[in-house]
Amino acid sequence: MPIKKVRSHISPNEALLFERSSPGKKAYQLPALDVPAVDPRDALGAQNVRAEIAGFPEVSEVEAIRHFTRLSTWNYAIDHGMYPLGSCTMKYNPRVNELVARTEGLAWAHPYQPESLSQGAMEVMAHLESALCEITGMDAVTLQPAAGAHGELTGILLIRALLEKQGNPRKKILIPDSAHGTNPATAAIAGYVVENIRSDEQGLLDLAALERSVTEDVAGLMVTNPNTLGVFESRIIEAAEVLHRKGALLYMDGANMNALVGIARPGDFGVDVMHLNLHKTFSTPHGGGGPGGGPVAVKKPLEPYLPVPRLKRDGVRWTFNYGCPLSIGKVKAFYGNFGVLVRALAYILAHGGNGLRAATMDAVLNANYIRKKLEPYFDLPYALPNMHEVVFSDERQARLGVRTGDIAKRLIDYGFHPYTVSFPLIVHGAMMIEPTETEGKLELDLFIDALISIAKEIETEPETVKTAPHSTRTSRVDEVKAARKPVLKWTPASP
Amino acid sequence: MLEACGVESPEDLFAHLPEAVRLTRPLQLPPGISEYEIVDYFRRRGEETAGGCASFLGAGVYRHYRPVLVDTVVARGEFLTSYTPYQAEISQGTLTTIFEFQTMICQLTGMDVANASMYDGSTALAEAALMSARLSSKGGLLVARSVHPEYQAVLQTYAKNQGMPITEFGYDPETGMADLDDLERKLNDLTAAVIVQSPNFFGVVEDVTRAAEIAHRRRALLVMAFTEAVSLGLLQPPEADIVAGELQSFAIAPSYGGPYAGIIATREKFARQMPGRLVGETTDTHGNRAFCLTLATREQHIRREKATSNICTNQALIALMATVFMSVYGKQGLRELAEQNLAKAHYLAGKLKPRFSGPFFNEFVATADQPDGINAALLDKKIIGGLPLGRFYPELSDAMLLCATEMSRREDMDLVADAIVQATPALVPSPCATGVRG
Amino acid sequence: MYPENYRYTKEHEWVHVEGDTGTIGITDHAQHELGDIVYVDFKYGRETLKPGQHVDQGKTIGSVESVKAVSDIYSPVSGHVVDVNHTLADTPEKLNADPHGEAWLVKIRLSNPGELANLLSAADYQTYIGAEK
Repeated sequence: MPIKKVRSHISPNEALLFERSSPGKKAYQLPALDVPAVDPRDALGAQNVRAEIAGFPEVSEVEAIRHFTRLSTWNYAIDHGMYPLGSCTMKYNPRVNELVARTEGLAWAHPYQPESLSQGAMEVMAHLESALCEITGMDAVTLQPAAGAHGELTGILLIRALLEKQGNPRKKILIPDSAHGTNPATAAIAGYVVENIRSDEQGLLDLAALERSVTEDVAGLMVTNPNTLGVFESRIIEAAEVLHRKGALLYMDGANMNALVGIARPGDFGVDVMHLNLHKTFSTPHGGGGPGGGPVAVKKPLEPYLPVPRLKRDGVRWTFNYGCPLSIGKVKAFYGNFGVLVRALAYILAHGGNGLRAATMDAVLNANYIRKKLEPYFDLPYALPNMHEVVFSDERQARLGVRTGDIAKRLIDYGFHPYTVSFPLIVHGAMMIEPTETEGKLELDLFIDALISIAKEIETEPETVKTAPHSTRTSRVDEVKAARKPVLKWTPASP
Repeated sequence: MLEACGVESPEDLFAHLPEAVRLTRPLQLPPGISEYEIVDYFRRRGEETAGGCASFLGAGVYRHYRPVLVDTVVARGEFLTSYTPYQAEISQGTLTTIFEFQTMICQLTGMDVANASMYDGSTALAEAALMSARLSSKGGLLVARSVHPEYQAVLQTYAKNQGMPITEFGYDPETGMADLDDLERKLNDLTAAVIVQSPNFFGVVEDVTRAAEIAHRRRALLVMAFTEAVSLGLLQPPEADIVAGELQSFAIAPSYGGPYAGIIATREKFARQMPGRLVGETTDTHGNRAFCLTLATREQHIRREKATSNICTNQALIALMATVFMSVYGKQGLRELAEQNLAKAHYLAGKLKPRFSGPFFNEFVATADQPDGINAALLDKKIIGGLPLGRFYPELSDAMLLCATEMSRREDMDLVADAIVQATPALVPSPCATGVRG
Repeated sequence: MYPENYRYTKEHEWVHVEGDTGTIGITDHAQHELGDIVYVDFKYGRETLKPGQHVDQGKTIGSVESVKAVSDIYSPVSGHVVDVNHTLADTPEKLNADPHGEAWLVKIRLSNPGELANLLSAADYQTYIGAEK
């Protein structure tokens, strides 16, 4: 089957900045000083003044713009096409969000400027807090955590603080074996021991195992819902009851909220505390790996422990309240990734209640469409209805010597970014696919056709798949060499 | 599509959800609004937030000019809307810029290896402290009182749950520098790390070398934090074991507190204990130079509960802004920029009475009676004055922290100085008050 | 493939006893599962593993890393560390090439030779890994 989505094109080569550099080139221009110059050695003391910054590049403006532009052409991005990455929710990043984040008063606001001059920024935060409460069905929100993992840490620290106040922080956090790696890592940093809970044969939380495991030593359970298979944990309410009976709490990783917004609210099914990923569900751009935003939403009992400061209405004005004696303190300097919060609020304003719900419907429809079309070709390890994402296994293809990683690489030749490879760990050779609501039928069909074509290639010419990609300017990289002999910066001796 | 799914309406796809969990009413949010209305909403919020004021606030967030090239580059969809570079073949743009970033941070800090950025300076410092504990197998932290108070607060939050006791050591009320004698008294064999910031919260440059000597004598690590990255253009790279800093000054808009980008940089021998993403150089199957994420086995997605950190995101786009900034200014420009900052702040200090005699870069503490009253008067002239320090340091309630950068205009500095002098009768501006150090 | 005179564990370590000293390594099965090995770390608790260190059977004495995975190494026997194979720092690939010989990890002077009775013979180990598949 001919590849329809992409065709070869020449792309520019480009050296590193240091290799383009030569003394005397400049891309900057500073205004003349309107005050007397000061000799650094006099002002700072000779021992405090550095020699030149050895190796630091010097390039012209044209070289700089060409450098970054050329490098950018080596990237795949949402603006090019679909990212079927499961659990990443790679939806379109609305451009209006970029514009409003740069609104002068907001972009140049200093976190310590007088509150009387910050009402607009505070209103933005308050508005977002309120919208997120409504969406999650929770009672209070902190916008301080910088990313999902940071939000998880905040959430677990909140649990610890509440239990400590009750006299015993307890020792363990229960985590399903299907969980994202940040979950156990977070629990460990929060000072808890992790105990894994196996999923049952349907891929769901094993309630019997949970009942056996929840003791007075357990502080809580971290659950993702829908889980990392894209399946809704149908017995979540019972799970919450099991925990609450023993005084433990239910934490929900909100990475998969794109399946729930407007349909179901975690606060309504027993969740005590959860985090959201603004860079997933709420469309803020990934930017090659960050920034993100990881607000945490809680039920009333946890509210007193939220990080300071908390936004408070004081008559007709907003003010920051630092008088929270039970607060866990701060998880980050200042108030949170405000610029990301602006983008998330813009997304919510654009959609409105109905629009958000419609987006969820489309996301789930798209994932189910993909599932139905690919089921004849790839193994579906768990048969339950999936929501916004679907997880296949490479079982069938593995018998012919081709694994999920190879299929993913071959997908690149077809013009797509790979799906999530080898996660969750409970599926052997996982292929985790999440299209999001952004993709229309055209793009989805191209994706489906590509995978079907690859499935056929595996039967007739498996080597093509195993050595893919073939059409990228960079072929498979030697990760082993990179790990054995790490070269983590440029030095003049580098090739 | 519905047909392919074997359902009649999209609602059917949710039929399997238990009744009890379903939201049976619409979300109580106003209907979606148009692009124009969104822009207008934020325009109004912007107007309700100080615009067009000159500002002399520093204290961890700095007002520096953002070269136009920065937003031009990060606006490109290939950078803005791309994902974490796990698939190296189609992410060489991002990977290459991160490699350049790591290199430049090493050049600036004098360290051997730097990671691909942390959430911000405060969490970078907290992670550096955890890293010291892992490296030294000890738990105590000795933190200078002159470290940014909010950074100290974040450190508390992280350290508490790792059983890492924090002890504060003071600063010299004359010089404003960390009291290293106090450090020596409080240091013991259980100390994992000594933490100082330079320039410190008061803007004063610390004697990091001596602090490191003291720390090393007790087999503790020296962790140095910085909040004003431009200072690296002029100041001697520190004799630290780990550097944790904030890059907001490198073309990252203040944006009411975030998003920013922190870094951790360290010596080669400590690299495997470093949290966060790392990009390394390698080759592809054709022998071409290529870059990829590496040493991933430190990270959460592999080690899970034994990971060096739970961090997943790095601040890639923010780090890219800093990379473009560093490319625009370059070796000479960064130096010149730093020298301008030095000149501006010292001009302002020359008209006032700096509280401390220690050397300072672009921030200093000025004695000022009734700092809130002074700031109110300045606001009428559309100037945001310095940070009244009483909120963090009760012993300094008659002082404010002033920052001047290349964006500060002489006439505004004159107004600030006048306002402070007028309100502070004891003030005798000394022509030598430029923090000269022999 | 699996030397008859070695003893094996279910965690895929082997021990070869000569006199009162046991040489420890990971099995061929282990290196194959891990893929290209990039790094070996020798640690007991939080300390680097050193000669003289006492280790208990079943406790972690370090870890082996490939690009995508980390595996802890558990000591098959109790005793005092006599030697650690630091050449693996420069050439971790030896673990893939010769896991039962040149790429030994640690030598231990046994404190309780009776423990060997709990370990698997070559035949039992091969049955075990056959069953695992």
